[in-house]
Amino acid sequence: MDFFNLQPEEAQALLLTLKVAAAALAVALPLAVLIAFVLARYRFTGHGLLNALVHLPLVLPPVVTGYVLLLTFGRKGPAGAFLDKFFGVSFAFNWTGAALAAGVMAFPLMVRPIRLSFEAVDPKLEEAAKSLGAHRLVTFLTVTLPLALPGILGGAILGFAKAMGEFGATITFVSNIPGETRTLALALYTATQTPSGDLAAFRLTLIATIVAFAALIASEVLARRLRARMGDGNA
Amino acid sequence: MLDVDITGRVGTLDLEARFSSEAGVTSLFGQSGAGKTTLTNMIAGLIRPRSGRIAVNGTVLFDAEKGIDLPVQARRVGQVFQDARLFPHLSVRANLTYARWAGRRPETRDLDEVVRLLGLSGLLHRKPRTLSGGERQRVAIGRALLSDPRLLIMDEPLANLDQARRNDILPYLDRLCVEAGIPILYVSHSIEEVARLSNTLVILSEGRTPAYGPVAEMLARTDLGRATGRHEASALLEGTVTAFDPDWSLTHVDIGGASLQIPDRIADPGEAVRLRIRARDVALAVNPPEGLSIRNAFAATITSISSETGPYAEILCAVGGQTLRARITRASVADLDLYRGRQVTVLIKSVAIDRRQRAAIPAEANRDAN
Repeated sequence: MDFFNLQPEEAQALLLTLKVAAAALAVALPLAVLIAFVLARYRFTGHGLLNALVHLPLVLPPVVTGYVLLLTFGRKGPAGAFLDKFFGVSFAFNWTGAALAAGVMAFPLMVRPIRLSFEAVDPKLEEAAKSLGAHRLVTFLTVTLPLALPGILGGAILGFAKAMGEFGATITFVSNIPGETRTLALALYTATQTPSGDLAAFRLTLIATIVAFAALIASEVLARRLRARMGDGNA
Repeated sequence: MLDVDITGRVGTLDLEARFSSEAGVTSLFGQSGAGKTTLTNMIAGLIRPRSGRIAVNGTVLFDAEKGIDLPVQARRVGQVFQDARLFPHLSVRANLTYARWAGRRPETRDLDEVVRLLGLSGLLHRKPRTLSGGERQRVAIGRALLSDPRLLIMDEPLANLDQARRNDILPYLDRLCVEAGIPILYVSHSIEEVARLSNTLVILSEGRTPAYGPVAEMLARTDLGRATGRHEASALLEGTVTAFDPDWSLTHVDIGGASLQIPDRIADPGEAVRLRIRARDVALAVNPPEGLSIRNAFAATITSISSETGPYAEILCAVGGQTLRARITRASVADLDLYRGRQVTVLIKSVAIDRRQRAAIPAEANRDAN
């Protein structure tokens, strides 16, 4: 066995993890940006409720979140049955379910920094944009969003990391099926449960560390470029 | 041109403003907390008045009775804010053209022309963060000008700048006020800027507009002391440069009925200038004095003497068709036996009319505007 080559099941777990995390991010990030903007800029009845709802997965035991997902989006759950019947989308025991669990768990971690970055954008700049003729959506796209971009990037990275490492909700909701829902974290758990799985567990740990490290460095480079484009003097 | 008649309430301030002004520069003058920014925000559409009407050049922006309330984006009111509010992530050029690419406003004014007018050619590729305060303010003015505005509001554009920066930017403002071709509402609590730049003066005091009218007329009024600030009392004289004396570095200005000598070369012969003469710099004599260092001495007629109880008296004198204002002690009025209609000699030290007290005359009316 060549130490430096990935075993087929390792490659499978790694690719699946990246796929699950990317899908979770692609769906959850736009929604997180929207919710964060609403929470940052508007005051309405139910503001506190929405805020609590968003943060619920952060404080609930992951197993509870996974179980709630199973009850709602499982084959017999109301949302699951509806989506299956009308759109042919099923979350039960497949990788999309893993992505859903990862996205839900990562959501509050994304909303927080994004909301903070929206709150840091001076509303007076938005007033200035409007006085120059820009409508609300244009103002958002040309002023608010670009200025909040560093925070959005931060939220995305945090969310991606959380999605990659999600364990409790995933295993409860979609189980631990090789090639379908067995991500790196689940594969590592499986290895630790197997006699003589020490080497496999060590290798998976190494892979996870390398991926996380690469993501961190990439995000740092990206953030630096972003700040330079924002005209930040100390970039 | 600009018709405002609105009421509204923001915080503890009860606003009740009513004025109308002709083309050119209208100054909104008042102390801090008088409601200047509230009023301009209502005109711009950022705050909704409770009732009333706002119209610019006949276009109604707000009319509570008819239910008209144009949104900010549709008002075409260009705003220059105290704090510039440039978009930090965009270059100076992208800031200047923001109204075109984001606001879909037409290109009614040439970018190069505005860049030249405000001296921005070297800054186009820089980010706002790298600009000085004066440069930022000039970019902000350019950005508003390029948004095809029907009215330009400048809310204390010099308030956050030190005196040196102000002196840098004032010549640009002079030129802008002459060349903009649109009505400008200039908000300030500096009577110096107001006197220099504006055609019409609106006084705002505790949310009310007790008086408005042509700026020279307003400055000559002695009943507005509280609102205009006592020590700032002054009069405006308009005149024509007749000659420059290079030996003594003095400019001669004919104000109609008298000639003044003013330090430095302020304009070329034939050009019209406006001079602000502070009341405390003017002395009066009943007989033409001799052997004085004061170079400006000419005859005038007293048209009014304020009847106050404090130590001072405000005296208005007619020179040609213009009015000059003098502040002397009440004791002097009694000692010299001054009364309405009496001929006196007005004395003004040349050095009192320094750089900050004079400017090119703003365009009287921008006839071809809109």
